[in-house]
Amino acid sequence: MTPRLELSGITKRFPGVTANEDVSFAVAPGEIHALLGENGAGKSTLVKIIYGVQRADEGSIAIDGRTVSIGSPNEARRLGIGMVFQHFSLFEAMTVLENIALGMDNPPSGRTLDARIREVLTEYDLSLDPQREVHTLSVGERQRIEIVRALIQKPKLLIMDEPTSVLTPQEVERLFKVLRQLRDEGCSILYISHKLAEIKALCDTATILRGGKVVGTCDPARESARSMAEMMIGGSLKDISTKAKGLIGKPRLAVDGLDAPGEPPFGTSLKSVSLSVRAGEILGIAGVAGNGQNELVSVLSGERLTGVSGSIHLDGAEISRLGVGARRKRGLSALPEERNGHSAIGAMTLAENAVLSARGPAGLTAAGGLLRLGRARIYAKTVIDAFSVRANGPEAAAASLSGGNLQKFLVGREILGEPKVFIVSQPTWGVDAGAAAFIRQAMIDLASRGAAILCLSQDLDELLELSDRIAVMNGGRLSEAMEVAGVSIERIGLLMGGVHGEDDPESEAMLGAGRAA
Amino acid sequence: MSLDLVVAILMAAAGAATPLLIAALGELVVEKSGVLNLGVEGMMLIGAVAGFAVSYTTGVPALGAVAALLAGALVSLVFALLTLSLMANQVATGLALAIFGTGVSALAGAPFVGITTTTLGPLVAFDDPILRLLFGQSPLVYLALLLTLAVWWFLKHSRQGLILRAVGESSDAAHAIGYPVLKIRYLAVLFGGAMAGLAGSYYSLVLTPMWAERLTAGRGWIAIALVVFASWKPGRLLLGAYLFGFVITMELQAKAAGFALFAPEFLSALPYLATIVVLAVISLGRRNATHAPACLGKPFRPAV
Repeated sequence: MTPRLELSGITKRFPGVTANEDVSFAVAPGEIHALLGENGAGKSTLVKIIYGVQRADEGSIAIDGRTVSIGSPNEARRLGIGMVFQHFSLFEAMTVLENIALGMDNPPSGRTLDARIREVLTEYDLSLDPQREVHTLSVGERQRIEIVRALIQKPKLLIMDEPTSVLTPQEVERLFKVLRQLRDEGCSILYISHKLAEIKALCDTATILRGGKVVGTCDPARESARSMAEMMIGGSLKDISTKAKGLIGKPRLAVDGLDAPGEPPFGTSLKSVSLSVRAGEILGIAGVAGNGQNELVSVLSGERLTGVSGSIHLDGAEISRLGVGARRKRGLSALPEERNGHSAIGAMTLAENAVLSARGPAGLTAAGGLLRLGRARIYAKTVIDAFSVRANGPEAAAASLSGGNLQKFLVGREILGEPKVFIVSQPTWGVDAGAAAFIRQAMIDLASRGAAILCLSQDLDELLELSDRIAVMNGGRLSEAMEVAGVSIERIGLLMGGVHGEDDPESEAMLGAGRAA
Repeated sequence: MSLDLVVAILMAAAGAATPLLIAALGELVVEKSGVLNLGVEGMMLIGAVAGFAVSYTTGVPALGAVAALLAGALVSLVFALLTLSLMANQVATGLALAIFGTGVSALAGAPFVGITTTTLGPLVAFDDPILRLLFGQSPLVYLALLLTLAVWWFLKHSRQGLILRAVGESSDAAHAIGYPVLKIRYLAVLFGGAMAGLAGSYYSLVLTPMWAERLTAGRGWIAIALVVFASWKPGRLLLGAYLFGFVITMELQAKAAGFALFAPEFLSALPYLATIVVLAVISLGRRNATHAPACLGKPFRPAV
């Protein structure tokens, strides 16, 4: 059978790096083909080449056996290629209809398009209002816009770039249903992800990329998640040692009835958030991005004091009116989600970045506020060694480090100060598997030394692996914390989607639907 | 008050509003594409002097208006090259363009100081004051109204207008879907330049058919403020331009009648004051209700 898509010898070089080197593989008609690899393995560059956003330096692409040249996304669409982007290519201030029209080459007039959108929605059992403005929609609904935008053009090949990273488990199930229906209709799907469980559940074939090269092809149903992960990282995976049970002590961080306004322009306000983290414990907070996580971190770290009400206790002392510096002095350390520009300043050296937050615990300032840059360099060097950060020493600019290495440095900078309470948001976002395992291990070790850790993450697997208890954030509210042992993923998913209460008829219905899918 | 006086005041108001409206319409389209060009005043002055020079040399004021259009577009091309292709800072380049235009127009206009030219006046003269008000004004007054309608339709109902707005909303998303972001922004900037040039020529060909240095007297800045005042909406722009045109005229009338309603300094501050008030009122209400394009002033660098 002629493959739907055949890549031969695709090579793409950027100044200083080779993103893809001699990549060749084929996708059959009606096949869901996984493209698997760590961050930086060259997956996104490769699909951008297939979709005509970027051009390959060498190699050729064939669609249905015919060699083609794809110079722009318009040409890709004419060839029957559709794409759903990882960072959505949507226009927030415009309506769903306008967004879909923008993704088509010759859209019909408003009313006809509206009717066609509704046809597609019915056909694939999706719900979406074409007249709504995008900024009023949830992340899951936004992704549906992208999917409808691709489906309305009846693609022969659909590319999905990390589609599930922002979805709740129920939304993932619904997405898979659509993708399987598409496959049965003969559409080929190129599915990019690093989530191995999903690939095992969904995909027929997997091509594994490492360092821009194809390192293997396999049938995901026959491989274990572990064996695929080892192909991805090109080495054996280290097991995380769990900490001994029963070390949990008295509450270190206690938050009660916290209210705070959302961050403009589209932030979510915190509504009566209460939580408590005990010594030696990791409390995980799950939730879809934009449900108040950033607000919670900035209120707990002390960055945001205005408009905040409620109490925050650190080891029994009320700290809710103290600023960032005062809280740090008392042993509360926070690492926000955004690495560049929030946790670290790219243009400054690692030593200078160390001074920013570790000057207190590491004694990097002298009397009168003078900096001890010599000590800062030593401290940065210690972090680099202890956390095996790949960098050209303490004088390297923070911006010169890769995402994973910078994150290791930042986590190390906080942890070596031995905080009593450590608040961290998305500790391993955009970090490769090796570094992610290292960071998680460091957090577990810190907790077993008696610190209380609050970890916010969108990666549910990560939270289930790390946490002792888990709570879910939705619309600025925080659910009760549940013991991780014995918690049901479905229940977490429902809470992430905003369904509360056991005997809610809608939640029962959704549970049923989730099981059936 | 006689009918003649009322008509005279209304016509003067329309006259004062027209150049503001034309320049602001151009800037509105530029900003909708995500580019902030603060050089409107400079482009207007260059248009004014080019229009005057051509009108004076050829004796055909309509040719002067066309020349002003082209001159404005030509200087805006320099702005586009610097900010879009070479990624220069838009605010700094726009301010430089304003200063550059003032200087160049003074230099080029030096031989024309004090000379008068034929007015680009009404096509037909009417004795009846009502007919004069409705049909007896400079063609540019009607052109400005047609342009408002055209820009509104273009942005709201045309496919190209949707694409232009998309580029101003998110240049990265537009690029990812496959739209030529830079080309669209170039075209928008050129349109803005042409409109500013035309607006400038209104001063040298219609209002005062003579040349003097700094003829536009800072109205380019008012045009920029009007765009914000109108929350990037052509309909409100029309309203705003005529409102300011009316205030300007009333002030002149009051002065001619021997009493001053406000100090002239207050009058020139009024558009900016009004803009601040409008922005404050809008931001009290719904979030992001100003409708400012999300990518306004942000440079775009595509990866290839």
